Amino acid sequence: MNKTILILKREFGQTIKRKSFIIITLAFPVLILIAIGIFSFIQGIEKPLVPSEVISIGYVDEVGGFSGYTEQPGEPTVILMGYNTPEEATSALLAGEISQYFIIPSNYVATGVVTRYTLQRELEPPGGIQWALKSFLLSNLLEGQTSPEVMERTKAPMGLVSIRLDETGQVATDQGGFGALIVPLAVGFLLIISIFSSSGSLLQGLGEEKENRVMEILLSSVSARQLLTGKVLGLGAAGLVQVVIWLLSAVFLVRWTSTLIGGFAGTLQIPDNFLVLGIVYFILVYLFFAVLMASIGAIGANARDSQQLSMILIMPAWIPLWGLFFFLNNPDHVVSRILTMIPVTAPLMVFVRLGTSEIPTWELVMSISILIAGIIGGLLLAAKLFRTFLLMYGKRPRLGEIIKSLREA
Amino acid sequence: MPAVELNNICKSYNDNLVVDNVSFTVAQGEIFGLIGPNGAGKTTTIRMMMDITKPDSGEISILGESLNEATKNRVGYLPEERGLYRKVRVLDTLVYLASLKGLGVRAARSRAEELLKRVDMLPHKDKKVEELSRGMGQIIQFLVTLIHDPQLLVLDEPFAGLDPVNTKLLKEMILELRNQGKAIVLSTHMMNEVEALCDRILMINKGCTVLYGELAEIKSRYRNNSVFLEFDGVLGEIEGVVGKKEHGEYVELFLDKETPPQKILRQLASRGVSVNRFEVSTPSLNEIFLQVVEKGQ
Repeated sequence: MNKTILILKREFGQTIKRKSFIIITLAFPVLILIAIGIFSFIQGIEKPLVPSEVISIGYVDEVGGFSGYTEQPGEPTVILMGYNTPEEATSALLAGEISQYFIIPSNYVATGVVTRYTLQRELEPPGGIQWALKSFLLSNLLEGQTSPEVMERTKAPMGLVSIRLDETGQVATDQGGFGALIVPLAVGFLLIISIFSSSGSLLQGLGEEKENRVMEILLSSVSARQLLTGKVLGLGAAGLVQVVIWLLSAVFLVRWTSTLIGGFAGTLQIPDNFLVLGIVYFILVYLFFAVLMASIGAIGANARDSQQLSMILIMPAWIPLWGLFFFLNNPDHVVSRILTMIPVTAPLMVFVRLGTSEIPTWELVMSISILIAGIIGGLLLAAKLFRTFLLMYGKRPRLGEIIKSLREA
Repeated sequence: MPAVELNNICKSYNDNLVVDNVSFTVAQGEIFGLIGPNGAGKTTTIRMMMDITKPDSGEISILGESLNEATKNRVGYLPEERGLYRKVRVLDTLVYLASLKGLGVRAARSRAEELLKRVDMLPHKDKKVEELSRGMGQIIQFLVTLIHDPQLLVLDEPFAGLDPVNTKLLKEMILELRNQGKAIVLSTHMMNEVEALCDRILMINKGCTVLYGELAEIKSRYRNNSVFLEFDGVLGEIEGVVGKKEHGEYVELFLDKETPPQKILRQLASRGVSVNRFEVSTPSLNEIFLQVVEKGQ
């Protein structure tokens, strides 16, 4: 059998049998299943009509006229109890009759300032209570000036529903929004994780073979090129299995969740070209990283040294994450477009943009072409470094030596 | 066809000449010693033979051709730097590395078991390499070298770190291989092993050849022309002896160029000197080695 295939088979077999690989591969679908389970469970137990919590809140009205609407239904239901002076209200608070109180000062209409007193240490007043207090103030302010319907609308004037149309004027299938962002973004992360874990295995494998000196036996049996190709393809195939499992489970779980749970989960969407792009980008970006990692593996003195060196490659890949907020709001900004073209940042950037906007085909073609050119360049580099430095134990060559060897090779 | 033929090989690293114009041949069925002090260029020479590094100039022919994938399958190599996959089982290690030498999995498995049995290590076949002692690991690595029944074996410091029992086992196996007609290149600085095993040697120092040829011929070339004598009685003047050196129990007599040792023995017998030991002094390879290395410095 061809020796490259022998090495490929061994690397693939060793990787997919590794416990950490099996755990990580299954963890993603299993975690999502657990999340769905918990979500459905919580939804299920929330459904029964549990009487909502009732909170008593005191208030001191220094303006006068805030006496109606003292029961504010909602989550929680708020009962407002008037007191004549702040001292009375404080006593009631300390006695536990009310949970908090607030003062509507005499200049309230001019300033809008209301002071709240509570015994609780909190980050900010709970939303439900704020809503109840606003509703109480508004209702009293507008009392007798408008119809109850208008009064209700004033409290919540807009429930915005945004619908995207396609070029024909029909409602588009991809409606965008967070529902469309989540799956591509999550898969983008997973793609990067898988690429780094596969190319990291390559790096570690080379480092170990260098450290345990098997390298010399291997090189007396196969050529450096066969060794490199077998390893890159074997580990890549294992990574691809992982990614395909993740992508398919993402598609399956999203479809299933949308119908099962509804609500926000019902808005989850998967872009049309998602599967194909996921696989294409995994293969290309993996190959790109693999050949560069192999070069680093050849240069590094041992596995640990190589891993430190590889950070130079790994850090830039996360750039789209550092500026995530900016890129989510400006998916078509020139910086976003440039990062789509750079092989190191492309995978995450493509999936961020895929979730928020649309990537023109020419940009995808260009991004993929640059990646392919990068792979070819990296392969030439790796082959030269592999041959020269693979058997240098315990000593990392200086930059000058590397450049010299590349010139001579 | 010689098993190995090197012609005028040169190799330098960073403008430092580590192998300087080295040439030698190794015949089929002989044990060839590649000897020299540490840093002499032995391992670099071997790595060039194995096509792991390329020479700057010169020609290398292995089993009649330049090393290619097919010839690699007919060569076994035990590198100086030892190691195996620590987490992999002994049998799997042997089978995988044999398969990279072109052996089918089934054949590799049965051959591995046969060899493990030969070195009494069959019960360890399912152990991980990391569970073995250092010496056992070295034996396994030696088995890796010969599992694919190579025509040429290149052993770089095979006895380093081995206990006397395993050293004996390894020596026996090396001699068996020679008797089967295999060519063996033995690189070492352990001179007693070279004397016991090698037919011919190449000694290199600082990358240059300093001695090359039949071991017996080299030893006779470096002979002092002296004899060791242990005796009872009075020695007196002996014809042909130009110097005498006391070594406690015995004396060393230095002869002039024309006097063979037999003539001295005859004189001793005629005088009635009781001879307990009479030995023609031949320097050990170790002494020659030191002499040559010191001369080179």
